[in-house]
Amino acid sequence: MATIELKGVEKKFGDMFAVKPLDLTIKDGEFVVLLGPSGCGKTTTLRMISGLETVTAGKILLNGKEVTWRHPSERDMAFVFQFYALYTHLSVRQNIAFPLQAQGVKKEEIDRRVKEVVDILRIPHLLRARPGKLAGGDQQRVALARALVRKPAAFLMDEPLGALDAELRESMRAEIKNLHVAQHATTVYVTHDQVEAMAMGDRIVVMSRAEVQQVGTPIDVYYNPANIFVARFIGSPGMNLVKGQLAGGSVSLHGGNRYTVPPAWTDRLGAALGGTTEVILGFRPEAAQVSAQGALAGEVYATDMYGGHTVLHVNLNEDEIVHVRSDRQSSYPMGTKVRFDIDPAMVRFFDPRTEHAVSSEAT
Amino acid sequence: MPRFEERGPRIAVSQATRVDKVHPRAKALRVLVALVSVLVALIMLLPVGVMVISAMKTRSDVMSSPPKVLFKPTLEGFVLLLTDRAVVSQARQDELREEANNGKLGLFARIALDTGMEITGPSNYVARLRNSVIIAGTSTVTSVLLGLFAAYAFSRFAMKGKNDLLFFILSTRMLPAVVVTIPLFLMYRQLGLHDKHLGMIILYTVFNLSFSVWLLKGFIDEIPREYEEAALVDGYTRMQAFFRIVLPQAVSGIAATVVFCLIFAWNEFAFALMLTSQRARTAPVGIATMMGRGGIEWSAIAAGAVGFLIPVVIITFALRKYLLRGITFGAIRG
Repeated sequence: MATIELKGVEKKFGDMFAVKPLDLTIKDGEFVVLLGPSGCGKTTTLRMISGLETVTAGKILLNGKEVTWRHPSERDMAFVFQFYALYTHLSVRQNIAFPLQAQGVKKEEIDRRVKEVVDILRIPHLLRARPGKLAGGDQQRVALARALVRKPAAFLMDEPLGALDAELRESMRAEIKNLHVAQHATTVYVTHDQVEAMAMGDRIVVMSRAEVQQVGTPIDVYYNPANIFVARFIGSPGMNLVKGQLAGGSVSLHGGNRYTVPPAWTDRLGAALGGTTEVILGFRPEAAQVSAQGALAGEVYATDMYGGHTVLHVNLNEDEIVHVRSDRQSSYPMGTKVRFDIDPAMVRFFDPRTEHAVSSEAT
Repeated sequence: MPRFEERGPRIAVSQATRVDKVHPRAKALRVLVALVSVLVALIMLLPVGVMVISAMKTRSDVMSSPPKVLFKPTLEGFVLLLTDRAVVSQARQDELREEANNGKLGLFARIALDTGMEITGPSNYVARLRNSVIIAGTSTVTSVLLGLFAAYAFSRFAMKGKNDLLFFILSTRMLPAVVVTIPLFLMYRQLGLHDKHLGMIILYTVFNLSFSVWLLKGFIDEIPREYEEAALVDGYTRMQAFFRIVLPQAVSGIAATVVFCLIFAWNEFAFALMLTSQRARTAPVGIATMMGRGGIEWSAIAAGAVGFLIPVVIITFALRKYLLRGITFGAIRG
């Protein structure tokens, strides 16, 4: 199939960067998710790969061959749009056959391949319908069929599930993932939904303000965020970040709490901060365990019941509230004093000056 | 346990949903409004009605005062309009009478014998009607086609001074037509375009172009770019995407634009009067100049006007569902 390489690809609108110089290699058969808040440049990046948007600088390589200035029709990539872009004046069958007609495929071959993809997507009963009359999920399936039928080098998907309701989104997510596994096709998938990114991606490219923040596997991005933005953006709720002062092997937090730095970190932390004492302590809600002898103390500010688990909003001092996941289904009334510990393997530190994570290698 | 009925409606009644009870005064007002609109419509249609009726009256019926409401319909007006006639000579009349006695007289010969007039050929109004068809038809096609390409470019591509260009295009319609007829007349004389079909086609095309660019741009703006982009990544060139995707999606806009352009070119009078004399003269001017050639042939003029209306009525009627979109365009979306 295809590998896609971006080398220093950037896009400027006037003086403003839509995408700052970006290097990325997408391996053959890989499912890469471009994740970020709206306006971060993820869709622009996808459109540059497809050729619908020109690049301001840099190179795009497909299977080692440069395609930077190739017309979109010559790149052999299928694009699935957020609002499907189905041709309303054509029937479903004509919609799916449309890309094959461009290639001059023979009629029998077109019929055969259309039948093949509608069977895969379980929509053979829709062939005669007009796309405008279909439900959202079916429109999405037709759009996927139109992409699949070509057997393209790569699939580019721009928030394909964004227009669906929550329940349908979940089932379509599994469907797309299954398709990808079955077809083993290189896929670049754009979304602003971190749950979707975590669930689907082999690798996630987190973007913000026109810049790549981190590239990594979902586990990587989740447990070892490269910076404060990624730590906050991934996870629901995001990583807890608490400011503190490093002094003598422990971090003292506002409000009197003192957190003893795990031994594995002590040397690295001092070196990384280079003499300054300001540090940000980060931990995931599930890394904290409520216990009577816990090292950190706070007051319950609110509780979110999720059924399977409960998330406590714990007030450490006037303006710092952290989320602590509790598996207990018992409720904590507002104002309850609680103590909790942080799993030393899951604690992370950030340098407040650069907002970058202190490397967690060897942990 | 309370009975179900005692609880009243389960959902709070926040709005009156009954429509069967309307205040008598409101009802009366509604009837009044309907009556007035029908009346206004009738008044508007009266001249058209008179025209249609006159077209079917004989020469004497048309002139009678008070106007005759009941009369024997005839196609005399149309015959007068579309044919040239000559008085049948005495020798020819004798000849025809001879043939009649032998019992082998054709239809036209009998008419000639009865009326003493013989049809010698089509009148020059027929040629003018043909001119109108050629000029209005061609100029409509070219202005819509050119307008379509321009509108697509304006809608889709970034270009320098786009708004200025669009304003300039619009500004060509700001002068009343009469103001430019004299300079145009002089220019056309110099360029040899006076009284030429080409001259009129160019003129109407240019005049309609601004309108078609603006109207079509609005329609194309409404077609999401994703449609073409999908076609582009599916392996089509921009031109192919334009013809296979944009055009079918813009069909209602095109239809509306066609009707408006056609109506203008078909009805146009002032330019045609100034810039044509014989060869390229169009029907509206033809009808008007029919007055004052040996008395006014009212039935012929009415017949001309009716015949002239028919094509526009048919086309407008055929495309009426698109027209509504064209007229209310901008007010409603989607």
